[in-house]
Amino acid sequence: MQFYDEPIEFEPQPGVSAPVWHGRAASGGQLWNFTTAVFRADGRLAALWGSDERQRRGGFRLHVVFGLDMGHAWVSLDLPADHPVYPDLAGIFPAANRMQRAAYDMVGIASDGPDQRPWLRHGAWPADWYPLRHDTRHEAGVGVGFPNLPSDYDFVKVGGDGAHEIPVGPIHAGIIEPGHFRFSVVGEKVLRLEQRMGYLHKGVEKLFIGADIAAGARLVGRISGDSTCAYAWAYAGAVEAACSATPPPRALGLRALMVERERVANHLGDLGALGNDAALAFGLTQFMRLKEDWLRLNARLFGHRFMMDCIVPGGVAIDLDAQALDAVVEQCYALAPEVKALRTLYDEHAGLQDRFLTTGIISADLARELSLTGMAARATGVLLDGRAYRQGYTPPPPYAALGVRPATDDRGDVAARAAVRFDEIAESLRLIRELAVALPAGATRIEPAPVAGASGLGVVEGWRGEVLVGLSFDAAGKLARVHPHDPSWQTWPAVEHAVLNDIVPDFPLINKSFNLSYSGVDL
Amino acid sequence: MNIIGLLAQLFAIALALFLAPLLTGWVNQCRAWLQSRTAPPLLQPYYMLHKLFNKDVVLAHGASSLFRFAPFIVFGCMVLACAIVPTLSTDLPFAPAADTIALVGVFGLARIFIALAAMDVGTSFGSLGGRREMLIGFLAEPALLMVIFTTALISQSTSVATIVETLAQREFAIYPSLAFAGVAFTFVSFAENARVPVDNPATHLELTMIHEAMILEYSGRHLALLEWAASLKLYAYSCLGLALFFPWGIPNGDSFPALLAAIPLLVFKLAIGGSLLAIIETVNAKMRIFRAPEYLGTAFLLAVLGLLVRLLLETRV
Repeated sequence: MQFYDEPIEFEPQPGVSAPVWHGRAASGGQLWNFTTAVFRADGRLAALWGSDERQRRGGFRLHVVFGLDMGHAWVSLDLPADHPVYPDLAGIFPAANRMQRAAYDMVGIASDGPDQRPWLRHGAWPADWYPLRHDTRHEAGVGVGFPNLPSDYDFVKVGGDGAHEIPVGPIHAGIIEPGHFRFSVVGEKVLRLEQRMGYLHKGVEKLFIGADIAAGARLVGRISGDSTCAYAWAYAGAVEAACSATPPPRALGLRALMVERERVANHLGDLGALGNDAALAFGLTQFMRLKEDWLRLNARLFGHRFMMDCIVPGGVAIDLDAQALDAVVEQCYALAPEVKALRTLYDEHAGLQDRFLTTGIISADLARELSLTGMAARATGVLLDGRAYRQGYTPPPPYAALGVRPATDDRGDVAARAAVRFDEIAESLRLIRELAVALPAGATRIEPAPVAGASGLGVVEGWRGEVLVGLSFDAAGKLARVHPHDPSWQTWPAVEHAVLNDIVPDFPLINKSFNLSYSGVDL
Repeated sequence: MNIIGLLAQLFAIALALFLAPLLTGWVNQCRAWLQSRTAPPLLQPYYMLHKLFNKDVVLAHGASSLFRFAPFIVFGCMVLACAIVPTLSTDLPFAPAADTIALVGVFGLARIFIALAAMDVGTSFGSLGGRREMLIGFLAEPALLMVIFTTALISQSTSVATIVETLAQREFAIYPSLAFAGVAFTFVSFAENARVPVDNPATHLELTMIHEAMILEYSGRHLALLEWAASLKLYAYSCLGLALFFPWGIPNGDSFPALLAAIPLLVFKLAIGGSLLAIIETVNAKMRIFRAPEYLGTAFLLAVLGLLVRLLLETRV
């Protein structure tokens, strides 16, 4: 089939994961035209990465995933080995900028766009050395023994009377992940913010190459600890699609239950942190108490506070008995009134609302332009939730049967993001209860057998947004290439826009309202 | 000046040095309890001071002598401020050296040096904190002066000791002007002492800091002195507030036993004041920094109202 009358032929991906279509662009021009058509149809850029296929096909391959109304379209474009250059998509979807630069740093395939600054390469290896190429020499174990080169980065300069820069990070006063924020300010007014990431680059994608399915599952759960369930499910979905395996219904129910529990835990933590950033430490201690109880039940029932390694390709590694399910349901009933009381406290606190309202506004138009997904997009009023029905889109099981009501708020500010988080907690508690009560009986796991040369894409609506994992197997049935994609790729640039109408001391609050992943994008 | 007066003066300073960290510890404890956290020990500020005094100083490469001397100047200013404010006795030999206006000046001097030192090493956070501090300072000082003028009008003197003596030894009377001045003074104290809702002493977010941003580059004994000075400032403000608005029980210092008897009362009053501070800090969120002018403008307005009430309603024609 074709989309938007463009000449790329798509085939649906098998399996029960979120709807995905695979297609191959014959030329860069075709890809560019398709991208433009997606943009005109209010679609999104979901992910972009490259792979070295010279051993199999004699060239490189560019992978671009688009978010369409009906699901995801995964377009591949073969690039010649001697001149791997493709048309710049950042002019259409600005979100492509960082992904294209990362793809160059990793695989050495370049866009023909104007911004060729490195993204993940910080001078730890030379510019002509590409970690994800098969013929790149890797010393076993630690590092590659390159001298640490200086890494000057060309920040965009802002001039004018009284304009100056405030560099913040990568080492911060608090214990948070490292990232560099370059503010250009006049007094307290922010004129421009430019981020630099990559300080947590640890070569995850390289570790996947040659791993077997189980080792990949362990690794993918450790990319971003707060989204470990979402990553594990997306990876499992990708493996199952590639292997044409269907996990048992009980496993799907348990997976959704875990992802919803992960969502609740993170929203609880972030709502508390939002209060704390506005110096309302009372909110922090209350929400942390609730989150701690929540995580302790995780530890008791799933053997891990964040439920790591519980979702595996083919199903789930744990099972809950009737007693455990009762405990889960009971905890939902216990949590709901507490969260409701705290919501009233937040909503009626004049000082807090003064900080939240109109701070860090992102409009729905900007959200579409930047391809935002998840909570960040829904807080601008964009109705986009991979768990819920929308025009032309059927959510994957078990969400299809649950009738998820996506939470939206069209204000686009910190208050909206807090409100969406509160709403999502309430909705997730309902989903957890329904899942726990009506969990299908039966097996929880099958063993998917790798199919040589097959590829698959898994998409899961994590708590931040859409988590994607694209993978392909090599001829020996090992993983040839895995690309885990965090929604933070799209949302980080949105933070640069969100602070523009605000002042410097409001940045931490705005940043916290998104609470994006550093580890997930630095890979 | 007599020997008891001198002893009382020295004793008051020693007491201030000792009680100030305790007050900070008490406020932190109350805050923790109100937030349903396990509280740090009451003596935690002393442990901090002990630790910091035993640490080496790490100096920035570009640090000038101003950066090194500023902590001593700030600390000295705060000790002097504590010496001027009557806590146990109104017969203080140091008191004639500086009246209330000079007291405001002493606080201003400390502020200027800490802000200059913050900008000295040239980090962006230091400058950020320094200029925010000056913004708060230039709005808070006029309000504080207005508060003091109201009390000075009642006692016909700007000497702190005389004001307190007049207020403490007067027959009981309700001054509406003092109510206005008291509220204005509370507003100003929160801003001056870097407390919520103007600043957050507990934050780790460098971009939102005011006071903490200025002392980010300090370490070792310098930081210890600045932390101690911050405690002394809170103590001085608390004692000034108590002396101006709740002066009962401060003896005029003829006898040593009276002096000793005043200590429990002072500690009691400080404990009440500290817990009230913690309550206000707990129920408030930090305001946007550009709300601070409105906030301190309100304080100024209230102080002027107090002054007008004094002039128009309470003066016998």
